[in-house]
Amino acid sequence: MPEYPDVWRKPPFIASAWLRWGIGFAVALYLATAIGSVNINWVRLSVGLPRGWRFLTSFFPPDFLSRGDEILEGLEESLAMTVTATAAGVALGIPLGLGAARNLAARPVYLVCRTIIAGSRTLQELIVAIFFVKMFGFGPFAGMLTLTFSSVGFIAKLIAERIEAVDTAPLDAIRSTGASWLQWVNYAIQPQVMPRLVGLSLYRLDINFRESAVLGIVGAGGIGATLNTSLDRYEYSTAAAILLSIVAIVLVAEYASGSIRERLR
Amino acid sequence: MLRLTGLTKRYDRGDPALNGVDLVVPDGEVVALIGPSGAGKSTLIRCTNRLVEPTSGSVELDGEVITALSSAGLRVARRRMGMIFQEFALIERLTVMENVLSGRLGYVGFWASWFRRFPPEDVRQAFHYLDRVGLAGFENKRADALSGGQRQRVGIARALMQSPALLLVDEPTASLDPRTSRQIMRLILELCGERGLAAIVNIHDVALAREFAHRIVGLRKGVVVFDGKPEALTPDALTTIYGSEETDA
Repeated sequence: MPEYPDVWRKPPFIASAWLRWGIGFAVALYLATAIGSVNINWVRLSVGLPRGWRFLTSFFPPDFLSRGDEILEGLEESLAMTVTATAAGVALGIPLGLGAARNLAARPVYLVCRTIIAGSRTLQELIVAIFFVKMFGFGPFAGMLTLTFSSVGFIAKLIAERIEAVDTAPLDAIRSTGASWLQWVNYAIQPQVMPRLVGLSLYRLDINFRESAVLGIVGAGGIGATLNTSLDRYEYSTAAAILLSIVAIVLVAEYASGSIRERLR
Repeated sequence: MLRLTGLTKRYDRGDPALNGVDLVVPDGEVVALIGPSGAGKSTLIRCTNRLVEPTSGSVELDGEVITALSSAGLRVARRRMGMIFQEFALIERLTVMENVLSGRLGYVGFWASWFRRFPPEDVRQAFHYLDRVGLAGFENKRADALSGGQRQRVGIARALMQSPALLLVDEPTASLDPRTSRQIMRLILELCGERGLAAIVNIHDVALAREFAHRIVGLRKGVVVFDGKPEALTPDALTTIYGSEETDA
């Protein structure tokens, strides 16, 4: 078969060789200067390591008992914040997600919903928490509002993306029965996105609990407040106990959500 | 030559999908495997190259016992069994040429394939097969830009690149229109003739099977219930394979 070529090159993604190499060179140059600008200081690193180690060892042994009541109270508060915020976030996130799915919503609705989602997702939890603490005072209410606010954006965005990826044949089939819009959503879309929605809600529950441990630092209640107090008092053993409790609860949540999703297939 | 002996596959629950299938396919023979849905046609094909692990029985290709191979040995043996799929199973985001060259992955080292630097002989062969299946000039198109019939041609070229001794063809025409279906079946038949390949073709379309296959094997509930020339496939034989309309098959 002499008439066939024996070399083949995949057509490059960027056709112009000048542009391709130019972009590559620019990125490499920027990376090199950026690495130079962060000042990797080996002396500081070597001094810092034993200091970090001393800090870590002061956490041991963990002390669950001397502040046991406060830890328990903090955990309960966090759990309440987490569950209510997740429930509210899912309840508000679903309609918002329906509106933010390009294949369901009219253009203006789509744009409004996407804007709300973008707002919810760009504001970092700590900043939102400070805002709500200023507005409604210290305590878990501000924390709950913060978590709800960020859960809504999270659920809405990801569920909207799932809705946009649904199999379209059932959509046509149900529409051709003369079903109303709500019936259409209920029959053609809901069954397809349900496993994803449940998975996302459980995942968000998990995130919210971990987040609640941080929000306490800015006064938004929960186990974070207890943790912050113990660190302020230099009670590192208690802080260690709190951190271990958080890890344990997150692990339990992870395992539980895994087995629930397994059953839901 | 392919030889299946007592091939049985039992999934976790229910009746066996394949139950003691004996089948010999000599080189150059195209066998159409027909039967109702759930009769075990796909399972039989997939047990042959062990995409599905058979529960018992043996598969032998040119004297080598495939079912006794280790995973490394199986990889080597799989190179000689080209597979063609119903939904084409192309890698949609890759070019036609990459899809075709992927048929050589069993022969080529990792870095050569990573950098898409296949041996000149392979590249020449790929251009040749693309031309042979009627897709000359399509090498730089993305697979998802092709029509159904064109995609199946790419699938065929990919299988041929393996230099197979056997083609395993799973419902090659189920996603194609009648005219394209006939073209694809004719192409598969011609290629098997040119290269002396044995082929097992799962097919729903009895008329197509009759027209193109050298031999027809009917499968029902995992058991071979018919094995003969296309001419021997009488209405009675079809009832044996598919069951009568009144009874629940």
